[in-house]
Amino acid sequence: MAQVTIAGQAVDVNEEGYLNDPSQWNEEIAKEIAKEEGIELTDKHMEVLKFLRQKFEEGESITIRSVGKSGIVDIKGFYTLFPQKPLKKSSRIAGIPKPASCV
Amino acid sequence: MEATQEMATNNEAKKVEKKPLEKIMLICAKGTIEDVYATLIMANGAVMEGIETKVFFTFFGLDAITKKRMNKLHTETVGNPALRMPGGLPFPTLLGGLPGVEAGVSAMMRKQMEKLDIPPVDEFLDMITAGGGELYACKLACEMFGLDMEDFDDNVKDIITVGQLYEMCDGDRTQIVFT
Repeated sequence: MAQVTIAGQAVDVNEEGYLNDPSQWNEEIAKEIAKEEGIELTDKHMEVLKFLRQKFEEGESITIRSVGKSGIVDIKGFYTLFPQKPLKKSSRIAGIPKPASCV
Repeated sequence: MEATQEMATNNEAKKVEKKPLEKIMLICAKGTIEDVYATLIMANGAVMEGIETKVFFTFFGLDAITKKRMNKLHTETVGNPALRMPGGLPFPTLLGGLPGVEAGVSAMMRKQMEKLDIPPVDEFLDMITAGGGELYACKLACEMFGLDMEDFDDNVKDIITVGQLYEMCDGDRTQIVFT
């Protein structure tokens, strides 16, 4: 656990760079983390991030399939928005814990 | 003395250098629900990790990509000592052989998986290819069973030989897994 400054705000992150406290998240922080991942956030990205945060707050498990059924993007689109590791990258940018599901 | 020190430093450097898997070839040769899903879950997981993923379906594994059969896969109820009744009692082999029992158990398995957000086979293939994974059918097995590209799901890229399979497996961070 370490405290780092992202977008001018002190936040707690774990060793893999995920926020320890999702409530410390805001859109500016998201933009900064996205940059580290090589992603320039668009409105579409932000919609996905908000969907993930909502799912997380509702205590539902987050899967790539649920994103595909969200009506925001299909799975192919999800891979385009967050290339290579869509679920891990988007979760990190959304300030929620590393996904724990196998699908 | 200097050489020894150098070696020690090299060894330390080796310890920290990570060599993540870059490519995986999964082989699916069986057609029961559990065999097929083991392959598909591994494949989808690899795609989600950004690993170049290819899946090779052969023999009864071809059922997983055959349009007519892919969503009606069964679990083995005869000769499967790990199968349990709901509640944990052993599942008698004789019961498993009765008409309709295998279908019933299989339907239960599918329902349970749906609850865990594990999709039906056709949708799973969509997910894998949406992320860039590639699906192939074995040429020899296709000839044996009289199957052609028309019989297969649209996500199947090609029918290939074993030689072509090995050609695809180049690179020193590649693994071939027989599920």
